[in-house]
Amino acid sequence: MVHNQFMPTRGPAFYQSGDVANPPAAPGHFPYTRGIHEGMYRTRLWTMRQFSGFSTPEETNRRYRYLLEQGQTGLSVAFDLPTLMGYDADDEMAAGEVGHCGAPVSSLDDMETLFAGIPLADVTVSMTINSPAAVIWAMYLVAAEKQGAQWANLSGTLQNDILKEYIAQKEYIFPPRPSMRLVTDTIEFGARQTPRFNPVSISGYHIREAGSTALQELAFTLRDGLEYADHAIERGLGIDEFAPRFSFFFNAHNDFFEEIAKYRAARQLWATLLRDRYGARDERSLKLRFHAQTAGCTLTWQQPYNNVVRTTLQAMAAVLGGAQSLHTNSLDEAFALPSEAAATLALRTQQVIAYESGLAAVPDPFGGSYYVENLTHRLDQCAREYIAKIDSMGGMVPAIEAGFPQAEIAAASYEYQKNVEAGKTVVVGVNRFQEQAEKPLELLRIDPAAETRQRAKLRELRARRGGDEVRRALGNLARTAEGGGNLMPPLIEAVRHYATLGEICGTLKNVFGTWEERPVI
Amino acid sequence: MKPPLRVLVAKPGLDGHDRGAKVIARALRDAGMEVIYTGLRQTPEMIVNAALQEDVQVIGLSILSGAHNAIVPRVMELLREKEMADVKVVVGGIIPDDDARELERLGVTRVFQPGASLDTIVACVREAAGLQ
Repeated sequence: MVHNQFMPTRGPAFYQSGDVANPPAAPGHFPYTRGIHEGMYRTRLWTMRQFSGFSTPEETNRRYRYLLEQGQTGLSVAFDLPTLMGYDADDEMAAGEVGHCGAPVSSLDDMETLFAGIPLADVTVSMTINSPAAVIWAMYLVAAEKQGAQWANLSGTLQNDILKEYIAQKEYIFPPRPSMRLVTDTIEFGARQTPRFNPVSISGYHIREAGSTALQELAFTLRDGLEYADHAIERGLGIDEFAPRFSFFFNAHNDFFEEIAKYRAARQLWATLLRDRYGARDERSLKLRFHAQTAGCTLTWQQPYNNVVRTTLQAMAAVLGGAQSLHTNSLDEAFALPSEAAATLALRTQQVIAYESGLAAVPDPFGGSYYVENLTHRLDQCAREYIAKIDSMGGMVPAIEAGFPQAEIAAASYEYQKNVEAGKTVVVGVNRFQEQAEKPLELLRIDPAAETRQRAKLRELRARRGGDEVRRALGNLARTAEGGGNLMPPLIEAVRHYATLGEICGTLKNVFGTWEERPVI
Repeated sequence: MKPPLRVLVAKPGLDGHDRGAKVIARALRDAGMEVIYTGLRQTPEMIVNAALQEDVQVIGLSILSGAHNAIVPRVMELLREKEMADVKVVVGGIIPDDDARELERLGVTRVFQPGASLDTIVACVREAAGLQ
């Protein structure tokens, strides 16, 4: 077990100059430990991007317009579970789940509704979708085109990180190898057609939420990035053709200094790995850009107003660690999707940090701190050990098939829970400082009628579209899937004719099969 | 010596967030129970069939996605249909207070909300099976 080796609280009582190697290079200079830009937030603040989606595309569209009016600077789409799993809203597997954890998008029609009145040529959009990401992206590209936007000018991010699904979040459909083909297809298509769009956001967030340590989050995420790079190179792309558009997504968890050190270590490791493994030369390939989200798993049901304080501290760590964009969680998210009031307070938290606190004044203000430099160095070294271990297993896909990262995370998460039980890890309001009789919050309730409405809309769509064109497009998709070409063109053709998400994923399942993991407990 | 208590830990619905289910499965196992973990995306039919085949005394359902009002009543109904009403059901997850009361009215032994301690859950499973 490697995860026990790194315990920031078990180090020396204090740090001094002997605990630190050479001072790191200035911000904006290789290996970018201190930040990817010289000016950082003085030149440009981070993007305030609140993850949002619920009920129906219409309701979600209203929330997006509200958030933009409140000063939010980018959109981030939450899809519901049926969409994440490639099911249409009227599939029997979707019963009871439509619109509960995000917005349902079953066809191009829903995608057009989601962004009605929001100019996709100007607003950057992040989409949290993984197994069916290529299909949803095809819908997005066609919706943008119908608004009159040029693909070459679109800017945004597709999460599209299937490896962390097998490792942690478990929203997978197809087996790992065909899934890697789909991801590589989007990377290849993006490199040629959408030079300003990030086709993959390599995500540690979910790994951490599944109970990993900061070290595991760091190591597995970067190793996932190398796996995508290996596949793209095997496809025939040059490292500097696609690596500049890789983006990352990290958790912002409780241990303030460890988190800051984690972001610093991630930047220096990525730059060094890309240079040494692939000979990347373009500095945009070497610069690790990341989105951060405060840790949902630290939010408590008990004394929920404490969550505002937790989120503030976590957001501060992300800002001090040099994040390019940030989501702050709402105080009610241990109960439900956020209410409008709670979502607004979460956005205000970022605005207070950005405009009042002075935290954005200079890059990497903890650079040179004995403690933070020492932590950064140790995280870097321990992550390299994990990466070497996964290399020795043949890469991340074989490691996943062997259940290695899954077992490491399960062990770490159980150990954390036992520490909470024993009171060694304090959770304020849960295992210390409890209160009786708490005031209930006003929660967002999802109207069950949303599911009925979505089903009715799909029924009308199926009646109105051209059945022959849909069948032809799906046949074409199946042939490409069986052969070897890039799947993006036939996917775009299929969604243009309003083939649904479920029909397209069903077609791909027939060719690729599905995946079930052997559970590790 | 009495045979160990047998528990099915199940993760119904489309959600894949299995951290809680796995931690509970491990805690019950460490407490000396025989734990069968179903893995992800189990329908109520699959869960009740597994409970029958594995001859468990208790079923634990982990649901974080808000789909509990669709899933849990169906599990209870199937247990009645198959004359397995002696199998006790506990539910854990993000379950609002009103829904928790409704699920308990439908025959669920206990609903655990976020922050419930492992000790409490282990004790409740033992009690549900009539061991304490």
